[in-house]
Amino acid sequence: MSAFLTLVARDLRLALRQGGDAAMVIAFFVLSVVLFPFAVGPEPELLQRIAAGIVWVTALLAALLSLERLFQADYEDGSLEALALLPLPLEAQVLAKCLAHWLVTGLPLIIVAPLLALLLQLDPAGYPALIAGMVLGTPILSLIGAIGAALSLGARRGGVLLSLLVLPLYIPVLIFGVAAIEAEIQGFGPRPDLLLLAALLVLAVGLVPFAAAAALRLALE
Amino acid sequence: MFRLANPNRFMQWSGTILPWSAIATVLLLGAGLYLALFVAPPDYQQGESVRIMYVHVPSAYMATTVYGLMAAASAVALIWRHPVADIAAREAAPLGAGFTLLCLVTGSLWGKPMWGTWWVWDARLTSVLVLFFLYLGYIALINAFDEPTRGARAGAILALVGVVNLPIIKFSVDWWNTLHQPASIFRLGGPTIAPSMLWPLAIMALGFTLLFVTLWLMRIRSALMAAKLRALRLQQAA
Amino acid sequence: MPPDQTLRTTGDFTGQGLACRRGERLIFRGLDFGLGPGGALVLIGPNGSGKSSLLRLMAGLTPPEAGSLAWNDSDIRQDPGAHRARLHFIGHSDALKPVLSAGESLAFWARMRGTSAPIEPALARFGLADAAGLPCRYLSAGQKRRLALARLVGTPAELWLLDEPLTSLDSDAAAQLLAAIAEHRAQGGRVVLSTHAPIELSAAPRLSLADFRPTPAELLA
Repeated sequence: MSAFLTLVARDLRLALRQGGDAAMVIAFFVLSVVLFPFAVGPEPELLQRIAAGIVWVTALLAALLSLERLFQADYEDGSLEALALLPLPLEAQVLAKCLAHWLVTGLPLIIVAPLLALLLQLDPAGYPALIAGMVLGTPILSLIGAIGAALSLGARRGGVLLSLLVLPLYIPVLIFGVAAIEAEIQGFGPRPDLLLLAALLVLAVGLVPFAAAAALRLALE
Repeated sequence: MFRLANPNRFMQWSGTILPWSAIATVLLLGAGLYLALFVAPPDYQQGESVRIMYVHVPSAYMATTVYGLMAAASAVALIWRHPVADIAAREAAPLGAGFTLLCLVTGSLWGKPMWGTWWVWDARLTSVLVLFFLYLGYIALINAFDEPTRGARAGAILALVGVVNLPIIKFSVDWWNTLHQPASIFRLGGPTIAPSMLWPLAIMALGFTLLFVTLWLMRIRSALMAAKLRALRLQQAA
Repeated sequence: MPPDQTLRTTGDFTGQGLACRRGERLIFRGLDFGLGPGGALVLIGPNGSGKSSLLRLMAGLTPPEAGSLAWNDSDIRQDPGAHRARLHFIGHSDALKPVLSAGESLAFWARMRGTSAPIEPALARFGLADAAGLPCRYLSAGQKRRLALARLVGTPAELWLLDEPLTSLDSDAAAQLLAAIAEHRAQGGRVVLSTHAPIELSAAPRLSLADFRPTPAELLA
């Protein structure tokens, strides 16, 4: 357990000192949301209709931005090799790194999302479902993204490849996340969709470490 | 022990099977197309355009089956490090992607006469579209590395991740579909489908399967020969 | 080394019939070795002959194409975690983060291996006591190399696998390393290292990788 926390602490310290990652993700999030009123017009009724979808899609894309560097730096400077040879299993290390990644990029997304929803005139009834959905969904994004990041280590054009691999896998999260908001606004209650997200989260926590660790070992062979 | 020893046995038995598979493919597809185009009755609602179903449905079935086969081969490759399994998974992907594309195109053609649009966000078509992207991602991944074995192994992991996700994606797309409820035109009526439609469908499905098997064996064989060629070149350089 | 951190030296580290494949090329085959307590092995051979590959095989980073590795007569694949816990592997890269200080880096690796003992003695062994607070980006190549090697004495491990450890080391530092190796061996530890330059290591058989090159016929098999 202490090795796990040591790794999380190191990644957090690195993110803090190297800076920029969280800020970049948020900046992209905000900018891409702001593009939509320019694209579809500022009529409140239209924006309100598509607000939930816009916020979720742009959050997805913003999360994608930061994933490339999840393992890249460690891979390039030899740290990944050394980490793989520690007694702590690589699967646990993947969870540790995903946790640190979520704390650095996911939490800011959760905090900023309601503010952006405000800009898009999201129906006030939808905010709790938005936040709850983001809380459940952003860790899933970090986890699924970790598989893509691990698989594309050392590949040509790794960043684009990562997006191609990960975006189809994000679709269920997107569907349930937006459905929760729509359900709450329409009065059906967001529970079924949020429960589905929670189930995905549990599945991801259970399965992703094995896939990602296998991909990391492959990269180190 | 050394890598290509097994493949020699594969080359032998695939060499004997291949001609029969090819002949059977031609016969089945020929019979199936004839039945589909000339013998099967037109639909009382959709008229002649229902005949596209005889290509659309088998290709949808092949699209998912091939992905399943890819995943199975990938599992064998990862667990037992079997070199032919690696190659089998890799060579199936473009074929699966081809079936997926065929399904999407025929789906689009089928929808046009009915709805006047080239695309309908029907649950099945949408799922197949996502499957298409899974195939593209797989193909991109295995070709993204300078070292071919690295790409193949990475692809194996991705195929297994994908096969776990397929039911989840299918479920979520169905969920999404019921929320937004566009009309579905691809209802076949399940067990109430007329026998005169069932026979051509089954024969086409079988024909498609054998088409895949034939092409797959051909691709694996040429991949094995290419690997042998590379080994020869390395040997010369040594 | 502090008295409470002693090595448990049991049995032999052996390899039989090892073969290694990188990509599609067979690098070596039919390689055997045996390493008892206090033993050392020096790997020599031209570039590309597989010195690094053999070290990575011994570490368990790469699975062998053929053959097996055993510790005390049990295959290392049966308990990979135990094998990782008993070895130190120092590869070509230093695995250092530019924004972490030398002390923080060493402390991280020590904590990950489960020890909370102070790392100052390890830094001092390699002449880095003064550099403890410096961020790694300010260290010279030689200092970075010494810092990477300081991991060896930060936590105990029975097996040291060193890939060309003498590169970037001046004669003082090389002497420090050899002293550390001698002390490690005196306590029953084992060392395998690869080198281009001549190295004075007592009672250390040389293993020439070129002897295990596959014949042209085997390359094709």
